[in-house]
Amino acid sequence: MTTLNRSAPLVLGIETSCDETGIGIVRGTTLLSNTIASSMDEHARYGGVVPEIAARAHLDELVPAINAAVTEAGIRLSDLDAIAVTCGPGLSGALMVGVGAAKALAVALDKPIYAVNHLVGHVGADLLHSSGDASDTGPLDYPTIALLVSGGHTSLLLVRDLVSDVELLGETIDDAAGEAFDKVARLLSLPYPGGPQIDRVALEGNPKAIRFPRGLSQPKDLAAHRYDFSFSGLKTSVARFVEQRQDAGELVPIGDVAASFREAVVDILLTKALAACADYNVPRLLLGGGVIANARLRQVATERTDAAGVVLRIPPLSLCTDNGAMIAALGAQLIMAGHEPSTLDFGADSTLPVGQIQVSGLARSLGAP
Amino acid sequence: MLLAIDTSAGTSVAVVDLARGVIAERGEADTMRHAEIVGPFIVECLREANVVPADLSGVVGGMGPGPFTGLRVGIASARVFALGAGTPLVPVISHDAIAYGHYRRGHTGPLVVVTDARRREIYWSAYSEADAAGLPVRVGPPGLAKPADLDAPTWLHARWPRLDAATVSAGELGLVAELTHAHQRPFAANEPLYLRSPDVTISNGPKRVSR
Ligand SMILES: [Zn+2]
Repeated sequence: MTTLNRSAPLVLGIETSCDETGIGIVRGTTLLSNTIASSMDEHARYGGVVPEIAARAHLDELVPAINAAVTEAGIRLSDLDAIAVTCGPGLSGALMVGVGAAKALAVALDKPIYAVNHLVGHVGADLLHSSGDASDTGPLDYPTIALLVSGGHTSLLLVRDLVSDVELLGETIDDAAGEAFDKVARLLSLPYPGGPQIDRVALEGNPKAIRFPRGLSQPKDLAAHRYDFSFSGLKTSVARFVEQRQDAGELVPIGDVAASFREAVVDILLTKALAACADYNVPRLLLGGGVIANARLRQVATERTDAAGVVLRIPPLSLCTDNGAMIAALGAQLIMAGHEPSTLDFGADSTLPVGQIQVSGLARSLGAP
Repeated sequence: MLLAIDTSAGTSVAVVDLARGVIAERGEADTMRHAEIVGPFIVECLREANVVPADLSGVVGGMGPGPFTGLRVGIASARVFALGAGTPLVPVISHDAIAYGHYRRGHTGPLVVVTDARRREIYWSAYSEADAAGLPVRVGPPGLAKPADLDAPTWLHARWPRLDAATVSAGELGLVAELTHAHQRPFAANEPLYLRSPDVTISNGPKRVSR
């Protein structure tokens, strides 16, 4: 192994934690390829991600996706400085496909490997820009609050340093926000994935028509769960409303339900995120995760951060959903910060804590029973 | 020279060569640690065999049958290693390696290879003999069955000697590939043999929450 290029390393990132097979290639903070193969359509008839279907799709898509990414980036695999891979959190069987593949690629190419945290990767996505374009928003200012919202996670982080100091402030104690969108869409007989469908029908609805509950926002809940989220009560409340109308033989006002539900989700997400900004005196908020594609969330986020004097950063949507480029970006940051590679004996960890930005391997395997 | 990887049962990695046989091999029967150990095993085998990826003429992947989660780790590793090393992937059915090893150790005639499929089911393959090249002749598919199905007297291979295997040797997998290539036989398809659909149920819509 030759000396690692630590100024602008060429890194290939592999992301398989959920239903997107993501292969990204970056050079430092420059994005060269963001190749994504999604198995979303295969999950549609089940109303949610089926882990075994996702894992099978990863195995099928990996080699074509790597080839496509390498072609798009205009590089050869042998040019790479390092491999980065998501080792958690996520669906365990899905993660293992990426972990096995990444290790094999690292050994075949004789390159170092960085096993990284998926959630921290979402934050790293914000650093990427295409070469020579105006989208370069510069380095992240620290500290920043990060709100990561998808079908798999809903987490609020305090990022003091991307590669060395990320703290979990709160997370969902039941469903992820994206899951709540999917479940409510089903209650309204709308197809999967629920987010875009709710957005569509909400256009004709009144967000103030129904006052749905904001989970974990009562004083008694705030004591223990100031930055945690809960969406199962909200979902149940929507279900009860729909059933009452149906039982009474009335038409369900789908637009109003969708708009009011969405308003409740957006409200609680941003209320808690901005509370964190205020409590920690951090005037910066970064959004990430697939649910950021929701137009209403972005709109309210802009309004409320403006009002609060908080600087809002939202990566391009193609980098908000799960992708390999953000994993490559985090790997590149670790390299540029002088971190040593992971040893080859790390595993997939479906519940990897967010504070563990990189898994070195050796420490974990020694601690394992 | 070939690198061979199989995770259809435990994890096994080997470097083999037609002339020299199994040059290096690592095995672990634990079925929970495929993703952790596959990387170190590859490194150790290459080092012990004193080869670099560019020396390899192919990467052999055990296609199963095997329980999905583990099986995929080896296939993903083999496919991507082959891509990285710029060498062909050589798919081999894992049961063929088990049968090959058993014939090589002296067994003759019919043989049924059985491995654990979990959930109180088993995978099986039936072989009539080893041919002149030493390759097992598979006459019954890799199949999925309840244990009782193979005990039924009406089963096609009911009276055949049965070998229950808990591990697959990547060394033997690699030698099957070498012999298959040397004798110009067809390789298996580059597809995992799950032999089971993903178990998912389509729900009949949301459950009521109010009484
Ligand atoms: Zn994610």
